[in-house]
Amino acid sequence: MTDSIREIRLGLAAGEFSSVEITQDYLNKINLHNPTLNCFITITDELALEQAKAADESIARGEIKTLTGVPIAHKDIYCTDGIKTSCASKMLDNFIAPYDATVIEHFKRDGAVILGKTNMDEFAMGSSNENSYYGSVANPWDLGRVPGGSSGGSASAVAAGLAPAATGTDTGGSIRQPAALCGITGIKPTYGRVSRYGMIAFGSSLDQGGPLAHSAEDCALLLQTMAGFDPRDSTSIDQSVPDYSVDLAQDIEGIKIGLPREYFAEGLDADIANVIASAVDEFRRLGAEIVDITLPNTKLSIPVYYVVAPAECSSNLSRFDGVRFGYRCDNPTDLEDLYKRSRGEGFGDEVIRRIMIGTYALSAGYYDAYYLKAQQLRRLIKEDYEKAFERVDMILCPTTPEVAFKQGEKTDDPVSMYLQDIYTISLNLAGLPGMSIPAGFSQGLPVGLQLIGNYFEESRLLNVAHRFQQATDWHLQSPEMK
Amino acid sequence: MSLKKEAVRKIAHLARLQIDESDLDRYATDLSNILTLFEQMNQVDASDIVPMAHPMDATQRLRPDEVTELDQRDKFQAIAPDVNRGLYRVPKVIE
Amino acid sequence: MTDWESVIGLEVHAQLATSSKIFSGASTAYGSEPNTQACTVDLGFPGVLPVLNAEVVKMAIKFGVAIGAKICSHSVFERKNYFYPDLPKGYQISQFELPIVGTGSLEITAEEGAKKTIGITRAHLEEDAGKSLHDEFVDQTGIDLNRAGTPLLEIVSEPDMRSAKEAVAYARKIHSLVRYLEICDGNMQEGSFRCDANVSVRPVGQKELGTRTELKNINSFRFLERAINHEIQRQIDLIEGGGKVVLETRLYDSSKDETRSMRSKEEANDYRYFPDPDLLPVAVDEADIEAIRASLPELPDEKRRRYLDTLKLSEYNAELLSSNRDTAVYFEQALSRAPELKDQIVNWILGDLSAALNRNEVEIQDSPVTPQMLADLLQRIADNTISGKIAKEVFEAMWRGEGSTDRIIEARGLKQITDSSEIEGLIDDVIAANPTQVEQFRAGKEKVLGFFVGQIMKQSKGKANPGQVNSMLRDKLK
Repeated sequence: MTDSIREIRLGLAAGEFSSVEITQDYLNKINLHNPTLNCFITITDELALEQAKAADESIARGEIKTLTGVPIAHKDIYCTDGIKTSCASKMLDNFIAPYDATVIEHFKRDGAVILGKTNMDEFAMGSSNENSYYGSVANPWDLGRVPGGSSGGSASAVAAGLAPAATGTDTGGSIRQPAALCGITGIKPTYGRVSRYGMIAFGSSLDQGGPLAHSAEDCALLLQTMAGFDPRDSTSIDQSVPDYSVDLAQDIEGIKIGLPREYFAEGLDADIANVIASAVDEFRRLGAEIVDITLPNTKLSIPVYYVVAPAECSSNLSRFDGVRFGYRCDNPTDLEDLYKRSRGEGFGDEVIRRIMIGTYALSAGYYDAYYLKAQQLRRLIKEDYEKAFERVDMILCPTTPEVAFKQGEKTDDPVSMYLQDIYTISLNLAGLPGMSIPAGFSQGLPVGLQLIGNYFEESRLLNVAHRFQQATDWHLQSPEMK
Repeated sequence: MSLKKEAVRKIAHLARLQIDESDLDRYATDLSNILTLFEQMNQVDASDIVPMAHPMDATQRLRPDEVTELDQRDKFQAIAPDVNRGLYRVPKVIE
Repeated sequence: MTDWESVIGLEVHAQLATSSKIFSGASTAYGSEPNTQACTVDLGFPGVLPVLNAEVVKMAIKFGVAIGAKICSHSVFERKNYFYPDLPKGYQISQFELPIVGTGSLEITAEEGAKKTIGITRAHLEEDAGKSLHDEFVDQTGIDLNRAGTPLLEIVSEPDMRSAKEAVAYARKIHSLVRYLEICDGNMQEGSFRCDANVSVRPVGQKELGTRTELKNINSFRFLERAINHEIQRQIDLIEGGGKVVLETRLYDSSKDETRSMRSKEEANDYRYFPDPDLLPVAVDEADIEAIRASLPELPDEKRRRYLDTLKLSEYNAELLSSNRDTAVYFEQALSRAPELKDQIVNWILGDLSAALNRNEVEIQDSPVTPQMLADLLQRIADNTISGKIAKEVFEAMWRGEGSTDRIIEARGLKQITDSSEIEGLIDDVIAANPTQVEQFRAGKEKVLGFFVGQIMKQSKGKANPGQVNSMLRDKLK
């Protein structure tokens, strides 16, 4: 069996195996390893086999769509009609979504099979997957370490071979950081490229869905399904989606890749710096021209992000009030008690912290100093990138300052956890696309390399990543699962 | 910047979050640390910069005025904590 | 004794007459079963997103153009955050810093016919909340979210009004305008047109404004006047009794004719407005505005001026006929059928027709006597087919649905007698039957003439042409 979607498609089309067989195979692995990894909140085994059977019938009739019969796992942030959609929160432990997210509809349209819903940081708030009502997720490379977050369940499942690919969402690095820590490939597209409809909101102006898989080639296929204009999302971009696979193999001779000096400064682990340096050499060999660039306002992205994202989430999460759906406290004495206890008991610590920070940043007397100031600095951060892209075609840097850290290592210190996002969050503030690809190892743990593209240049990103993956085999390494 | 317990209590009320008295100190410390992180923003004068609420400089798309949603009350209310005669119920509100 | 001056500003919430909601495709129809017109967006379900209704923007611009306001080229929707069970998302999408309609004004006819200009600060778009039903259950409040997401245009005036009567005149003018523009059905009972009044008092001559209170829950113009007058008096009594007015929201209770403080909302709110990240700035360009301006119907003030200048109606009649769009439509339709009978049409609309409408509580657009039927009726008076008196009978019959003027005249044999020989016969009979009165007339008692006319009309069952009867009678009696 293979974990490559490209090969699964070929095998299904050639009749080498059926969708039922391969789906059952993944379900077996999930049943075997999920108790240790905890990367699934819900396993939709019956539905998966039903869909696989229907896919096999389609294939027999010669009706093959881009993902017909391919099993995929979905982050539990995407609403799935008739299936529990918890966002890893006690608040939504009983929430059976009555509709499909647009992304889920697209996967159905293209014939994919759903294996289950993956674990995550509650409401996508976290960088370690330790903020889940359903417990933390283990990194398959070292079970005592975190898989990253918030799409930690998706990354862990793909890395461990429990699914060939999974969906994720990225508000400040939630696809790229876990992809890096688990040694897989993930892409966060340009803001507005993938519909946010039915994707439970964290920071609306930052959230963007994308795939996690083993290769850029597979990500291209998955992004093809996920992307596209959606009239139900006002921030969705009405621009045609290019064929992401067609230019994958194109030569990258002469491409200008910028290295932002601020991203290689203090705080970066020396091993990681070495791994990235080797990767840069590889890109040189592929014909890339490496350029030194500067993104001077990068250091502001942490405070700016941790004002903007909590401000938006404090309002986005007000709808969880125990009235129409979700958790309601026992025997509320009055309306205020209903609200306060339902929310206080239904949300976990980190969610409460961020709601409070956001509430404070928007409140009378503080709005100008925090929220408005952050929105002003956000523009400076975006302008840094605009200037950089006048000189280079792409930007390269580490995805994270450290490799996967130990479970519990940073849980008592929210700020040190926030600093893990230093290289990823500025893209979300600017709305730019970015990828993380495996680039080597440090102390036996995967190191991720981040590529940042200009707006709507996902094809270019995938092309550059693919060329790198053709020249290297870091993305083919997998942890040994006992 | 450090937040007092009383301020945390006020924010929690504004956000309608029940916080145990015993947890107030912990939240006060955490929030104060986060606010300290925000102080970096003071290093830059941004007074003449237009605030940016969206990453893209797009404008609102408009939808035709058509009724497209049909009644799905039963489906929606099947997951509600307390409904009766089609109404969502909350403890009595006194106006 | 201090002389007091009251200062009033109004906030009008006009529900925009769209088919679907402001941010969702659910229906806005009134009166359905609870929560059957609330879709996932209206219910604030996780992950769902708002998309703006094009018609709502168009309607707001119509209003803005009609009050001569500047239309914002990039207006912004913001979130007003607060918790309330009829507000499903925990925030209301509204406009705050950059409303779609900027400063404008409206001219009202104040007391004693004087014109007064009232400033309009702004008008912004927002979504309505649902309804809390407090009497459905013993210990619980029921929530119906059918109304949640209904588009509202909130029209905020300057504190330019100085009496309850002025406030009512302004509210009526806005009401008339939104109906003319066909952007709101104006139904106050169903809550499609709601007024909140900000009221304060100050000693005459004082510059600074007194502390205001906000009156809510007013669902008719009559109650608006009463609630304001009541509140003015309450504030004066309070101050004169040594008390102080406190900034608060007060509910008007029409059954008790009193206002009372809304204690549950006393707590100072911190709404934490910020731009809604799910929605982008609404762009409106000059071409859009000009296209809408060109499509506007004739508005009440223009109509009134035309009635005065071109149709030469009196100031009073022009005002009455133009202030209600449906009355004006009725008038103009009748007039187009019988342009030569302008004065009669005006008199009948403001007289018999209005009386019948009031008596039967029917709106003019639903009148069983259509403008065409009324014009036909007046034509039959003009061409002497019937008298004015018989016309009233025909009108009543038409109201009851007995058919057209001509059909009723025919069926009831109401055609006026204009044949001289027939009238002469009637006159002769009456003269012969009343010799005493003939003597009196000839002795100079002119008044007796009326007695004869009356007798003749009675004999003819009202059908004899009164003019002919008069002149022929005089000849006969000489």
